[in-house]
Amino acid sequence: MKGKVIKYGDNVDTDVIIPARYLNTSDIDELAKHCMEDLDRDFVNRVRPGDIMVAGKNFGSGSSREHAPAVIKASGISCVIAETFARIFFRNAINIGLPIMECKEASEDIEDGDVVSIDVYSGEITNETKGKSYKGTPFPEFIQDIIKAEGLVNYIKEEGK
Amino acid sequence: MGMTMTQKILAAHAGLDKVVAGQLIMADLDLVLGNDVTSPVAINEFNKIGAEGVFDKTKIALVPDHFTPNKDIKSAEQCKLIREFALDKGIENYFEIGEMGIEHALIPEKGLVVGGDVVIGADSHTCTYGALGAFSTGVGSTDMAAGMANGKAWFKVPEAIKIILKGSLPKWVSGKDVILHIIGMIGVDGALYKSMEYTGPGVASLSMDDRFTIANMAIEAGAKNGIFEIDEKTIAYMKEHSTREYTIYKADEDAEYVETIEIDLAALRPTVAFPHLPDNTRTIDEVGVVPIHQVVIGSCTNGRIGDLRIAAEILKGRKIKKGVRTIIFPATQKIYLQAMEEGLLKIFVEAGAAVSTPTCGPCLGGHMGILASGERAVSTTNRNFVGRMGHVESEVYLASPAVAAASALTGKISSPEEVV
Ligand code: SF4
Repeated sequence: MKGKVIKYGDNVDTDVIIPARYLNTSDIDELAKHCMEDLDRDFVNRVRPGDIMVAGKNFGSGSSREHAPAVIKASGISCVIAETFARIFFRNAINIGLPIMECKEASEDIEDGDVVSIDVYSGEITNETKGKSYKGTPFPEFIQDIIKAEGLVNYIKEEGK
Repeated sequence: MGMTMTQKILAAHAGLDKVVAGQLIMADLDLVLGNDVTSPVAINEFNKIGAEGVFDKTKIALVPDHFTPNKDIKSAEQCKLIREFALDKGIENYFEIGEMGIEHALIPEKGLVVGGDVVIGADSHTCTYGALGAFSTGVGSTDMAAGMANGKAWFKVPEAIKIILKGSLPKWVSGKDVILHIIGMIGVDGALYKSMEYTGPGVASLSMDDRFTIANMAIEAGAKNGIFEIDEKTIAYMKEHSTREYTIYKADEDAEYVETIEIDLAALRPTVAFPHLPDNTRTIDEVGVVPIHQVVIGSCTNGRIGDLRIAAEILKGRKIKKGVRTIIFPATQKIYLQAMEEGLLKIFVEAGAAVSTPTCGPCLGGHMGILASGERAVSTTNRNFVGRMGHVESEVYLASPAVAAASALTGKISSPEEVV
C-alpha cells in the first residue's frame, strides 16, 4: 500500500479519534464524519482514500471502543504507523482488519505530506519523498493469519470449518 | 524462571504448565462483558460468525450503563438491541434499569468474578477485577463477539511490573491518590502491554474499595491488567458476594519482573491529575489556585460506598459553594440504597449536591453534567483527555472523593485539610 501521510504526535487517544458524545450510535459511516474531530477539525476534509496516518507513542490510548480503528478505516486511511500503540487499540485494529505497524524511526522521521509505501508482512516502510526506508516490526504468524482472513470474525469462521 | 501471578492464571486457562512473556496463547474465559456502547457492535459481529448460541448463558454479562437511562432515541435503540439479544440468547446476567449499576462496580458486587478467573470485557476498565486476584482486561467488540461465541480469547502473555506497597495511608489519602501517584511516576504508557502486580505488606491496609480504584486505572498507565495478591480481605469480599470457588495464584519467588517499584503509602499526599493526561499529576500542595465550576463524584473508579462515605464526612453540615455544580453518582443500585440507609444522600442534598441514579453520565461526556467551553471540573473519574466531559475547551482535573468534596465547598481545587 502507498499513500500520503497525515501526521500527529504522541498519546492520540480514542476520545479525540471519536468523541464519546457521538457513541449513542454504532453506525460507523455516520461516526466517521467526526473522526479526529477534537484534535484536527480539518481531518475529514483533507483525508483521501489510501492516505497513511503516522503518529508517535501510545496511539489509541484510552477506551476500548472499536469504533476508533473502525472510523479511521472508514475515513479511507490504509495504514497507521506509530512508535507504539495502546494495547486494546492494537488488538481492535487487527481484529477489524485495519493494518498497523510499529516503527520508532519512521514515526520520528516521516513528515506530514510525505508519500510512503508499506509492506505490512515484511515490515518494510519506504519514504518515497525523502528516499529513505525504515524497518517496522512485522506481525507474528498468528496475527498475520488473522489479517489474511480480513479480521477475527472470518478467522474464527475458517477455524470452525 | 518462574511465573508472575498473571502468567500463572493465563497458563492454567490455556491448559499449559508454563507460559513465558511474549507467548501467544488461546485462553478459556470465565466471563465476557459488554456495555451499551460496545455490545451493539459485538452483537453485529456475533451474528456474522453465525454461531448457534452463546458458549455459556451464565458467563456473559451485558450492562447498559453509558447512556442509560437512555438519553435520547439513538441510545434507546442501542439498548433495545442489547435487550432483545439478551432475551433471545437467554443471557442470565443482563441488568436492566432498576437493578443495574456501572459495570465495573456491579460485576464484583454480583459475585460474577472471583480470584483466579480470566475475564474479558469490551470496556477498557475491565481491568478493575484485578483487585480480586483475577486476570481481567479490556478488549474490543470483535473480541467480545468471538468470546461470546466460543468462550475463548487470544492473548500475548505480558511482562510485569512489580509494585511493592509498604506502610499505610494517612487520613484523607486513598487508593485514588496511590494510582495517580504511580501513573504520574511511570507515565500514561509506563506499563504498556504489561501487568501491574501489587504486593507487599501495605496491601493489607488497603480496603477493597481502594484496591478496585487502583486496579481500575491500570489502563491509564497503558497496562494490560492490574492485579492484587489475594488476602483475607479479598476472601471475605468474595465469600460475601459470590458462591463461586476461587483459586489463589501467587507469583513464583523467581518470577521475572521488568521493573520493581516500591511505594511508601504513608508518604503519599492527595494527588490531582491536571488536564489533559492522567500522568500530569501534582500533589495538593503544588496545585495553586484553580477555580472550578463543577464537581463530579462517582464512576467505576470512585462511586463505591467507601468513596461516598468520605465525601459525606466532608460535606456533612456544610454548604457547597454557590456556582459549583456538584453531581454525585452512586455506582450501583445497592450502593445507592446503602447510601440512603446510612443517611449519606441526605447529607449530599442538604449540602447542595445533585444525586443521580447509577450511570456513566458525565464521565465520558455522555449526559448528566456536560461542560461548556472554558469550564473546569474536579472529577473522581479516570480520564481527563481533551473533550472528555464536554466541550474541547473544557478541563477535567482528576482527584479523590475527598479532594473533590473539599473543592465543592471552596470552589477551587482544595485539600480536605483546608475545610475539615
Ligand atoms: S464510569 Fe466512566 S470509565 Fe467507568 S465504565 Fe463508565 S464511562 Fe467508562
